[in-house]
Amino acid sequence: MLVYSTGVVNDRLTAATFEELALPLFDQLYNFAHWLARDRAEAEDLVQETYVKALRGFASFQPGTNFRAWMYRILRNTFLTSRTGLKQTVTLGEDVPEPASEQTPESILLGHAEQELLQAAMEDLPLPSREIILLADVEEMSYQEMAETLGVPIGTVMSRLSRARRTLRDLVRRKLEHHERPLVGKTRTVS
Amino acid sequence: MSDPWSVKLEPYLDGELSPEDMRDLDSHLRTCPACAAEVLRHLQMKRAVRAAGRQFSPSPEFKRRVQQQIAPRRPAAAAWRWAVPVLAVLLIALSIYLGRQRSQAQHASSELADLHVTTLASTTPVDVVSSDRHTVKPWFQGKIPFTFNLPELQNTEFTLLGGRIAYFNQASGAHLIYQVRKHEISVFIFPERDLNALGTGKTLSFNSASWSEGGLSYFVIGDAASDDIQKLAALLQNAAKN
Repeated sequence: MLVYSTGVVNDRLTAATFEELALPLFDQLYNFAHWLARDRAEAEDLVQETYVKALRGFASFQPGTNFRAWMYRILRNTFLTSRTGLKQTVTLGEDVPEPASEQTPESILLGHAEQELLQAAMEDLPLPSREIILLADVEEMSYQEMAETLGVPIGTVMSRLSRARRTLRDLVRRKLEHHERPLVGKTRTVS
Repeated sequence: MSDPWSVKLEPYLDGELSPEDMRDLDSHLRTCPACAAEVLRHLQMKRAVRAAGRQFSPSPEFKRRVQQQIAPRRPAAAAWRWAVPVLAVLLIALSIYLGRQRSQAQHASSELADLHVTTLASTTPVDVVSSDRHTVKPWFQGKIPFTFNLPELQNTEFTLLGGRIAYFNQASGAHLIYQVRKHEISVFIFPERDLNALGTGKTLSFNSASWSEGGLSYFVIGDAASDDIQKLAALLQNAAKN
């Protein structure tokens, strides 16, 4: 058995372990950061700061707990305290007007032409809805992981996620109504 | 759509139901078109969001930059691993160099000591016999490629016996012989490039002193007491400054 007795060796071991654990998450953390900040430069700053903070605080990470949730929590907290993050939490509420029609948008979204529309709708989502939908459906986190990332109970995760999905659906429906003609025209041109 | 199933549809798709609830809902969906349609709707949205959500990738340069920032400091460690053998080699080379320098100095001291002894053993130890520095100094003019000052010895115990040309390392220099209480002392003066400083101490039981000044190296050696050697050295040093 190897016994690491000196501080230097321990530091090196810690940094190596951190690298092994953290680097595979790089792309998805960046994607998440970009969705939060909605800007490339800010996303880069966010990810860089997250990695530096995480490495510095790696000693406080408790083995056995969820490392991915820990990284996302650091990224999210870094964003929330950033200028853009503060602005988004202050100016955007969760209220989205009720839909005007009973159309169901999901089947329409399957086509590639509509993916941009969905992305636009996701960008328009208020921050709490946007982040929980990304964690659940893009990062495919479990409720437990999301609870750890967001620092809320699982019950809150479930209700917030369900509400966010409803909000997104309504936003998509409104956008579909608004862009109905151009979208149809676009589809016809393509086909 | 029938409650209480509706609240379980999303957790069902998120894979968060217990195996039991999962089985129950599976069988319910087969019999309830409303719930089945709702599940399909959620599933389509979930898939669409997953596809739309994965759209931003970091640039390779940015990724590399962060990677370097968090990497363990291997380059530094590697540099140290290199530095150890390099330093070891340098230390060995340095000790060999210093050893050689020391042995060269010892060799030079011994040679000058030999010169001192053979000169004194000679029937004509000096070529210019004079106790007057004003006679001895001009005698060297034109015989050696430099000039030097000799000390005034009045009120001291030292007497100048005379001088001769000495050859060392294929260079010519001045060899002066002084006397103090029956002890003869040799003073060798050579250009600095031909005779490096040899240190002060004992050489083959002789006492000696050496120094360099004004481009000249001085070597004083004799069987007189170390104090006398030092006093004569001080007199010569003072004279050289005037």
